[in-house]
Amino acid sequence: MAVMSAEPGRQSLDNTHDDPRERAPLVIGHDLASLTDKICAIVERPGFTTWWKICFGISAGVTGILGAMVLYLITTGVGVWGVNAPAGWGFAIINFVFWVGIGHAGTLISAILFLFRQKWRTGINRFAEAMTIFAVICAGLFPGIHIGRVWLAYWLFPIPNQMEMWPNFRSPLLWDVFAVSTYFTVSLVFWYMGMIPDLATVRDRATTKLRQWIYGALALGWRGSTRAWVHYERAYLLLAALATPLVLSVHSVVSFDFAVSIVPGWHTTIFPPYFVAGAIFSGFAMVVTLAVPVRAIFNLEDVITIRHLENMNKILLATGSMVGYAYSVEFFIAWYSGNFYESFAFTNRAFGPYWWAYFAMFTCNAFVPHVFWMKSWRTSPVRMWIISIFVNIGMWFERFVIVITSLSRDYLASSWGHYTPTWVDWMTFVGSFGLFMTLFLLFLRFIPAVAIAEVKSVMPEGDPHHYEHAHGHEGGA
Amino acid sequence: MAEQTKLWGVLAEFDNPLKLMKASEAVRDAGYTKWDTYTPYPVHGLEKAMGLKDSWLPFITLGAGITGTAVAILMQWWMNAVDYPINISGKPMWSLPANIPVAFELTVLFAALSTFGGMMFLNDLPKFYHPTFRSKAFKRVTTDRFFLAIEAADPRFDQARTEELLRSMHCTDVQSLED
Repeated sequence: MAVMSAEPGRQSLDNTHDDPRERAPLVIGHDLASLTDKICAIVERPGFTTWWKICFGISAGVTGILGAMVLYLITTGVGVWGVNAPAGWGFAIINFVFWVGIGHAGTLISAILFLFRQKWRTGINRFAEAMTIFAVICAGLFPGIHIGRVWLAYWLFPIPNQMEMWPNFRSPLLWDVFAVSTYFTVSLVFWYMGMIPDLATVRDRATTKLRQWIYGALALGWRGSTRAWVHYERAYLLLAALATPLVLSVHSVVSFDFAVSIVPGWHTTIFPPYFVAGAIFSGFAMVVTLAVPVRAIFNLEDVITIRHLENMNKILLATGSMVGYAYSVEFFIAWYSGNFYESFAFTNRAFGPYWWAYFAMFTCNAFVPHVFWMKSWRTSPVRMWIISIFVNIGMWFERFVIVITSLSRDYLASSWGHYTPTWVDWMTFVGSFGLFMTLFLLFLRFIPAVAIAEVKSVMPEGDPHHYEHAHGHEGGA
Repeated sequence: MAEQTKLWGVLAEFDNPLKLMKASEAVRDAGYTKWDTYTPYPVHGLEKAMGLKDSWLPFITLGAGITGTAVAILMQWWMNAVDYPINISGKPMWSLPANIPVAFELTVLFAALSTFGGMMFLNDLPKFYHPTFRSKAFKRVTTDRFFLAIEAADPRFDQARTEELLRSMHCTDVQSLED
């Protein structure tokens, strides 16, 4: 039952009840106009708030560090990183997989939950998709600079070149180029298309000529015509249907980079589903990490409700359990296979020189999320934020464990080594967070952070039947 | 500058989607063809009330998807097996399994871009000028107002009678718009 608070006329913000007789509200205490006002006000307020300036200053500074590190790398060479034989893949690949994984939650929310008709997705899909795009930008940076001679990066693509050679299409690394660039393009198109009606809203509310011009140009002349909505909605459904297998394929292809090789600990068939589950897990953690402060700062508790957060935590719990299962079953299979090298790879992961990374991974990913079995943890923003940070850390360590432990000790003991990241590695990784946050802050300032038109379509006020009962005499007369 | 004063049509404003839906049914049944409704979000059931046909966008998507698959397969075959054959670990020059991931990605890429492009094309977008933009009230179409416009080019259009029909459907306001 919708509990009314002591404050008259205002509904309680707690919509986490499980009473099947009453549908939980997705938006609390808004009509069409007040919802529009609330979301657009964030974009329309003149100037910048102090917190925004502070956050932006820090993020831009950290992005500057990233720029400096990339410049240092390019002018000096990959020797400034800790990569060397036998560990030729280091932080660059770890960070790449980490960031691509984070992107997956955005597409899951926007596409897969759309196909499953999960209406609560409308409150969070816009900024989750933004997060996807910015995460994939961060991810794409790393292989780009990892190739060493960045000015030859076009060799990655099948572009006619002076050597008259073509890329080798039997290499999973090339599949990755196609998978990630397709993923980025499709996510961008999906995000932008979803944004067109809201950009038109900002255009129509514009009080300055400049804003009217910019948002007017971006809205492409959208005017909410029903003849256009018919094609638009069909396009949205088709893009969701295309993005769903795409998102599952992207991390599968990323996992092929490992699984198609013959390195012990990598050459396993569990990798594609295990990577996809881990990606969604880490992505949802990042959505929670971002959503909790965003809804507090902009007072969006009535649009991004506790129920939204609780649902995300349930997904975290489910995917966290899948990841924990994958960790356990790959250990079991390593022993059960009877393959000496495979068993060694896993014993080495857990008890070798990188035991601390394995320990961090297992604790953060497989144990910590289980506090979400308790409703008090699922519905407390502070607690879920802390847990989401644990998951972010744990998922980064998962990629560290996979990449580093297998490479540093494979078949021949004489060619074992120990990988240690350099300060450049660390600063580049930290810098990528600066880039991510800079883009995210710009997004919050200039683009409606909630898909207003989509939320309206799932509000009771958005349904024509709503007016049949409430105002039957005027509407039906 | 002399303003053109050619009538484009009439625009009726409604304050809720139910009234717009009923009005749409009436306009449809009255036999109008050149008309449209405008809403802040997709109102489900309105396309039926207007008697609109389903979108044929899926065929564009399908065609583009098939093209993407074909392009990917042909490209990989030509590049790796014909134009510059190179022996990698003794694997066959041409074997389909290794080419499936790229084929899949290009299928999705072509299909998605064409879906967006096709949507724009079918909706005649981008289009930065439209007579409805002349109306001040129409600015609320992207917030909380619902509109119905009948064009003067419609064979059944008659300003007085068309406005009368719209008024009888409980609209809050009717105005005529110039082209």
